[in-house]
Amino acid sequence: MSTQTVTASAEPKRLLAGKARRPWRALTSMGTALVLLFLLALGAVPGALLPQRSLNESKVAQYQADHPVLSPWLDRLQLFDVFSSFWFTAIYVLLFISLVGCLTPRTVEHVRSLRATPVPAPRNLSRLPRYAEGTVAGTPEEVAARVDDGLRGWRRTTRHTDEITEISAEKGYLREFGNIVFHFSLLALLASIAVGKLFGYEGNVIVVADGGPGFCSASPAAYDSFRAGNKVDGTSLYPMCVRVNDFQARYLPSGQATSFAADIDYQAGADLTAGTWRPYRLEVNHPLRVGGDRLYLQGHGYAPTFTVVFPNGQKRTQTVQFRPDNARTLLSSGTVRVDPPAGLYPAEERRKHQLAITGLFAPTQQMDGKLLSSSSPAMTDPAVAIDIYRGDAGLDTGRPQSLFSIDTRLIDQKRLTKLKRVNLGLGQEVRLDDGTVVRFDAAKEFVNLQVSHDPGQVWVLVSAMSMMAGLLVSLVVRRRRVWARIEPLQEPLGAGTVNVEFGGLARTDNSGWGEELDTLSQKILNSERTA
Amino acid sequence: MNTEHINIGLARYSDWAFTASIIVMVLALLMLAVELASRRGRRVEQRELVGAAIAATSGSAAGTVQTVLPGTDGPGVVLDTTATPLAERIGKAGLALVYLGIALLFACIVLRGLATARVPWGNMYEFINLTNFCGLVAGAVVLRKPQYRALWVFVLVPVLILLTISGKWLYTNAAPVMPALQSYWLPIHVSVVSLGSGVFLIAGVASMLFLLKTSRYGQPGGAGTLARITAKLPDAQTLDRIAYRTTIFGFPVFGFGVIFGAIWAEEAWGRYWGWDPKETVAFIAWVVYAAYLHARSTAGWRDKKAAWINVVGFVAMVFNLFFINLVTVGLHSYAGVN
Repeated sequence: MSTQTVTASAEPKRLLAGKARRPWRALTSMGTALVLLFLLALGAVPGALLPQRSLNESKVAQYQADHPVLSPWLDRLQLFDVFSSFWFTAIYVLLFISLVGCLTPRTVEHVRSLRATPVPAPRNLSRLPRYAEGTVAGTPEEVAARVDDGLRGWRRTTRHTDEITEISAEKGYLREFGNIVFHFSLLALLASIAVGKLFGYEGNVIVVADGGPGFCSASPAAYDSFRAGNKVDGTSLYPMCVRVNDFQARYLPSGQATSFAADIDYQAGADLTAGTWRPYRLEVNHPLRVGGDRLYLQGHGYAPTFTVVFPNGQKRTQTVQFRPDNARTLLSSGTVRVDPPAGLYPAEERRKHQLAITGLFAPTQQMDGKLLSSSSPAMTDPAVAIDIYRGDAGLDTGRPQSLFSIDTRLIDQKRLTKLKRVNLGLGQEVRLDDGTVVRFDAAKEFVNLQVSHDPGQVWVLVSAMSMMAGLLVSLVVRRRRVWARIEPLQEPLGAGTVNVEFGGLARTDNSGWGEELDTLSQKILNSERTA
Repeated sequence: MNTEHINIGLARYSDWAFTASIIVMVLALLMLAVELASRRGRRVEQRELVGAAIAATSGSAAGTVQTVLPGTDGPGVVLDTTATPLAERIGKAGLALVYLGIALLFACIVLRGLATARVPWGNMYEFINLTNFCGLVAGAVVLRKPQYRALWVFVLVPVLILLTISGKWLYTNAAPVMPALQSYWLPIHVSVVSLGSGVFLIAGVASMLFLLKTSRYGQPGGAGTLARITAKLPDAQTLDRIAYRTTIFGFPVFGFGVIFGAIWAEEAWGRYWGWDPKETVAFIAWVVYAAYLHARSTAGWRDKKAAWINVVGFVAMVFNLFFINLVTVGLHSYAGVN
């Protein structure tokens, strides 16, 4: 009675399990895993072919401008954010679920097989891929002992049936172990990457290399751009202050760079309260590692200095970084916005008398007619080609705007009018209609620094290494089985001799295993002949 | 042009070695192709297989080779007394030229390194040379048995195409490398990736030939030039084995190459992985080769499908080499071509 109720209550459960089992089996099958692997590879293809927001936002914008019809659809499919898209995530999550579903039973099976005794010999050893046979003098026990001795290091067992002695041996359990390690390391790798993505951050900041105040990494606001994981709220960034004393670049005559280096001073941790500055030579490939964070020299460029002398004699000097447009010649573009000194104009007029100096900077000028270009990235003969505007330069609009160019809407609305277009060499100046003088004084180098924080990356490395170790083991080690059947020969033929058969089988991809069995069989069979 | 750090004389010798290597290998290709296309080739193959069978039976207990014995020529025929057919002699000479070509390419690479006083794989021209050298050496190791000589034709074709592209369009004057490449990871990362790529080239060729062999052209009694050439290739199982063995060598090597690249990227670019186009396609290629290895141990995927996957992997590698470096702009744009 009681048993009946048990089965009745168990029935729906089993049904449910049965229903779930089929998709589970399908998901964890090798065929599905293969298809998912393909989808993963295929899904990554647009990530290589289309511009990606994570890499270069402006390139995506450019692409969208070039393909106005296609790109909204691409965007809807998240093809500009492939590696954070829902479908790419779905593929790898499914793949990893499939992996877990495949690995768990395999691990259980592997542990079980480690304790199991090798399987009995098949009836007909001569049908195995590897086979040898011979007659040897000695009792079955002696020969069995010799075979057993030859199989030292193998997992082996001896079975007796009637007069026949059979030895089963198996080796290469490490292959499966390595395989399992490889796949679990993949899981660990993914987990470590996820940790890094959640708790890590990256910030970029431009610092003029003149020993000036530099920057302190206390809050995201200190950076020009800041990308952080979901678990970073910006309140507990590792505190570090950096100032850049100078920057040196060396170039070949062809313009190719041969070295970049910035001499910096930094303080981190206890230095901040003690006020100690430590020197460091920051170079490409030699980041500063301090307190688990890294500081990189990521780029450089020029920041021209302009002095504006207003009609009343007041001066304003500004050094503003220009954006390198040509990586080879460092021809750069940018904008300097100058607010007139207080008192020169009535307060309500002041906003109409801002100056905007916008244009190109060439570290080594090369004039094609009146067109400025640069012949070298090194600063030997700097020059600027600028347009000077007066009016509302956008300093007070409150709208986010590009540091490097003026808002064309201001020109369209006639709030900003062009006064002059002029080329200036070092120290040259131009006089505007109201007597204001704009002078190009010099240019300084600026560096683009990046601070990176990734608590997961050590574990990524560890996982990757154990992954490769597992992979190597699983590819190098071969799982193989050997059987020996020892049978005493019948009286008339030869007393005291036994017939020995060897059979061998590589359990995994049978690519060229066999010498081992030959060595073993020859050792047993030949040793007798010499004895 | 950049005379400052460069030994111009050595750089010129390196260029000569490159040209000589190509000429020698073109000659080798022609000679090997003559042997492959010759009508008498079939007998040559049989005799070689006899030789192989004798060697195999005396060497090990393998029992399967007997089946290849032809009806008329017994294993007892004294091979040396009959004159070697012309086609075979040409083929052998072609193989000798292959080795000469490899040596010249090696000289080209070494002289570049000496001329620039750095590792000679700092731009695309040099990288392709190194990769092809690795592929050729892998070929010399894997295809060292005489009965594999016919396969050299199919190895030389892609190698020569790559070298020609490299020499004609991607040639870069010997020069020092840019700061981002000035790292001890340059010798490690690039050489390991090169080795992996070169070995994958052999795997890809073997898989393509496997597909040819198992296609209708590989059926016995097929008519036409292609069928005749296909008949002279080693059997499908051998081709498959070559593809598999080279892939299981190339897979971890390439994997290490990518990991070393990631370690370097952490040092040079501020992150170990950023889905730069080159990284992305390397990831794709690695996943495809992983799929190949899985397919090899999955029922129903083992033969042709697996071989196709291997070919796809090879296509991904070539795509990564050219398209990513020349068309898209990424952090790996070190081609040195504008």
